[in-house]
Amino acid sequence: MDTIEVEKLSKKFGELVAVNDISFTVKEGEIFGLLGPNGAGKTTTLSILTTLLPPSSGKSFVNNFDVETDKDNVRKSIGMVFQDPTLDDELTAYENMDFHGRLYGVSKEIRKSKVISLLKLVELGDRKDSLVKTFSGGMKRRLEIARGLLHEPKVLFLDEPTLGLDPQTRNKIWEYIKKLNQEKKITIIYTTHYMDEADKLCNRIAIIDHGKIIALDTSQSLKNKIGGDVIIIKTTDQKKLSHSLKDCKWCESVRVHDGSVTINVHNASKRVVEIVNLAEKNKVKIDDIIIHEPSLEDVFLYFTGKTIREQEASGIDNLRKRMMRR
Amino acid sequence: MSSAVDTLWLRTIIRYFRSKSRIIESLATPLFFLLILGFGLNSVSTIPGTGHSFIIFLIPGIITMAVLFTSVFSGIQIIWDRQFGFLKETLIAPVSRNSIMIGQTLGGATTAIIEGMIILVLSLFIGGSFPSVLGFLIAISFMVLISISFTSLGIAIASRMEDMYGFQMIMNFLIMPIFFLSGALFPLTNAPTVLKAIAYVNPLTYGVEGIRYGFLGVSAINPLISFAVLTGFCIIMVFLGGYLFNKLKV
Repeated sequence: MDTIEVEKLSKKFGELVAVNDISFTVKEGEIFGLLGPNGAGKTTTLSILTTLLPPSSGKSFVNNFDVETDKDNVRKSIGMVFQDPTLDDELTAYENMDFHGRLYGVSKEIRKSKVISLLKLVELGDRKDSLVKTFSGGMKRRLEIARGLLHEPKVLFLDEPTLGLDPQTRNKIWEYIKKLNQEKKITIIYTTHYMDEADKLCNRIAIIDHGKIIALDTSQSLKNKIGGDVIIIKTTDQKKLSHSLKDCKWCESVRVHDGSVTINVHNASKRVVEIVNLAEKNKVKIDDIIIHEPSLEDVFLYFTGKTIREQEASGIDNLRKRMMRR
Repeated sequence: MSSAVDTLWLRTIIRYFRSKSRIIESLATPLFFLLILGFGLNSVSTIPGTGHSFIIFLIPGIITMAVLFTSVFSGIQIIWDRQFGFLKETLIAPVSRNSIMIGQTLGGATTAIIEGMIILVLSLFIGGSFPSVLGFLIAISFMVLISISFTSLGIAIASRMEDMYGFQMIMNFLIMPIFFLSGALFPLTNAPTVLKAIAYVNPLTYGVEGIRYGFLGVSAINPLISFAVLTGFCIIMVFLGGYLFNKLKV
């Protein structure tokens, strides 16, 4: 069964197309990752699915409820952890949880027992009566995750839940998410721009760039798509090298970027000798060679022609980001 | 009551009692006015027609002041909620925006009335006297109307404001004039015509006069008229606040 269905969804802010005609489905019990650089349209997509923003066109259903016409049922079906904290700093952890339960119509008895057990789950049981303003960023994020679960949602949306957190806290949050998914069978939609995180955590990943989904599959299939291993050759003669590889039959793809040439091949360890020979013949000076199995980073590069960091650094994306904040 | 209404009401009350410094802070200005203006002008003026001393005349005005300022502040609270993100938490909950707005309004109104009551009690120490039961009920009902009106106005303003930078301007160019031109500090009966005219279009005037009638049994405006005008204003403000809050985007 599909917990989420998105059909031809678009969102425009004036001239800017933040989400451009995307479609995907998420199965029940899945951990689904939306992966892309800042400003790619991840948060906008989530805002639409959580009823905070009306779409410009297209349909989407969460737990079989239409996000535009059946908002209340959608809201009851979902938990949301936003990128920025949405806690009341002047209330205690317990009060924040308790008020959330009240807003979602959770009865008093259930609130009492569940708040405590959820706070223990995220290891905040001993801090339940502390004001949230005394919490660190990681503690706040954990509290928000616990709060998002209080009304037993079918789907939990997490918008960059590990952004700006230290590695230890990140690891812990991954653990919670996995545990929730396995023990409570909650469907999880997860946005991130950390490639390794998506790789470890998600059953399926949609790579999103400039408001479009450019690839969607399991991490392994995505990596298989780019064709074998990755050879990165650092050289000052990138153009010459790529030109000399033009007729290479066993090269799945050759890309020039960022001071190096990236080649996707099967049996990289064997082929690398041939590439070096070819380079020598064409008088290309090679500074360094890196061979590795493909990562999602390579997948992103394969589909967009840029690494995720290059994409984030480009000016247009900064503009998109600013527009999105409005 | 809807769960959102009482949740947001309770939140406002908890936050109010938790920050003692803010309670004292918001009492400070009205108290300065009461003590300095009251004692400063008491010896040089009695109120014509009624024979009341100036300080007795002033007390209802200062109670109005406390209620007014606390109300506007609580309404504008929404800007902070937006900045610190809590507003999203309420907007994404399965409750209507109207119930959020009403909860916020009632919470703000409650704290404003508490502030007014504190001024009332403190005024007993400087010569004020407790009104009759009926008078007290009249005064309270006007405080309720003022507090709901101006918390709603605060919410309406906050729904249109991006950040806190405009806040000082709102206080200086809207709330302060509303207060000073309301007859809270001077009797309207002998005021210059221009001032009088302005006061009569100022909705707060009817609040001040209503409360004053409750305390002193006399006022420049018939209390029934005051009640009708203020009720009308209150309804308009609640609808305006509700309308703008419904249009608010996060």
